[in-house]
Amino acid sequence: MWKWLHPYAKTERAYQLCVTLQPWLWAGAGVALFVGTLWGLAFAPQDYQQGDSFRIIYIHVPSAILSMGTYVAMAVAALVGMVWQWRTAYMSMIAMAPVGAVMTFIALFTGAAWGKPMWGAWWVWDARLTSELILLFLYFGVIALYGAFEDKQQAGKAAGVMALVGVVNIPIIHYSVEWWNTLHQGATISKFDNPSIAPEMLWPLLINLLGFAFFIGAVTTVRLRNEIVLREMHRPWVQALAKKQVKGAQ
Amino acid sequence: MSLYQGVFKRDVHIAFKQKAELLQPLMFLLMVVTMFPLGVSPSPDTLQRIGPGVLWIAAILSSLMAMERMFRDDFQDGTMEQYVLSGMSLAGISAVKVCVHWLVSFIPMLVLSPLLAMFLNLTFDMYVALLATLLLGTPLLSLIGAIAVGLTVGLQKGGVLLALLLIPVFIPLLIFATSAVDSAALQLPYYPQLAIIAAMLLLALAIAPFAIAYSLRVSQN
Repeated sequence: MWKWLHPYAKTERAYQLCVTLQPWLWAGAGVALFVGTLWGLAFAPQDYQQGDSFRIIYIHVPSAILSMGTYVAMAVAALVGMVWQWRTAYMSMIAMAPVGAVMTFIALFTGAAWGKPMWGAWWVWDARLTSELILLFLYFGVIALYGAFEDKQQAGKAAGVMALVGVVNIPIIHYSVEWWNTLHQGATISKFDNPSIAPEMLWPLLINLLGFAFFIGAVTTVRLRNEIVLREMHRPWVQALAKKQVKGAQ
Repeated sequence: MSLYQGVFKRDVHIAFKQKAELLQPLMFLLMVVTMFPLGVSPSPDTLQRIGPGVLWIAAILSSLMAMERMFRDDFQDGTMEQYVLSGMSLAGISAVKVCVHWLVSFIPMLVLSPLLAMFLNLTFDMYVALLATLLLGTPLLSLIGAIAVGLTVGLQKGGVLLALLLIPVFIPLLIFATSAVDSAALQLPYYPQLAIIAAMLLLALAIAPFAIAYSLRVSQN
């Protein structure tokens, strides 16, 4: 069943896949982000309580959702690497790590900017804020551990273990801080049958969510291509590619 | 089984030969706790309010100091390689080593805890709750910590990195443990928190030895 997936364990095939996917991902990200953001910022109706300042939701919620999604994707990549001994899985894991960390930071930053007018404080020690901050620390841990090793093969395995420990811990952290202190409003769009958000506000949000996902995918493929080229510099196909690039530039 | 007993005996012997390494984290714990009355406030009410958190944070920090040596010497002198080659289960050996580490570094901490509780003006009920959370929580620190120690043992500068990796992972334990002691201060039942810590401990007991063995193999390359 998984046979179609196995060729991508080879770095060359994975590189080719990135090259093929990349323009589509960029195009998807461009279109969805343009439509979603414009619709959200300019055409969606005002909130009856928060006025225009609720519009930050169109950046805040997608980045927050995908900061967690990217971490889970990293953990899946780590597990795949561990089970099938794929080097490309570890490479894509580490390609995703800084992207996810930046998403987490964007979620925290826009959250702070939203919190100031609404709650009157940049930062409160609320459950969701705290768990998002801890998620950022988990990303830092994985990145730092990967950076600490000279041998990148070993580094990928070690960072993979840490990513998996983190993913086991994420629900525990989530519920522990939830139980500890809560101010943040409850989930708005996860209840799909009866969302507590007006549809004309929801649509741009979903489109932006898709746009952010495409964007993360696009940046990840760029980073993965870099990672593959850096790690496989001695391979003939990489050298041929480099020669072609140099000739093309002249 | 006798092989594991041999590992156990050997590790305990070595640990007691390195008395300085045993005592230093304890002194560190004592000194960190001493800084809080000086830095925050010596008033008994404040100390009682912040006491549980201070004790647990100090315990986590000092355990991070002590943890580094869990596999270090065995890794450097090649004993770990012999364990890997010996055909014994590496997960079993890791479990034994974590057990020894807990006995030699956390039991002294438990012995020291009445003194620290007195420093921070904890009531008797709070102390009992604190002791219960320490008894259940510190094995969890050892087990989870050992995974990261196994990963960083081959690195030259593991110290700060170890803290960076482990502090976010220890946060749920910190939350439940301090809230148990806080409940005890208000004469409320604190069994739910203890039960959650115990559940986390059982989960770690089931999974951690295998994760530790895997990380030691990664370090061994």
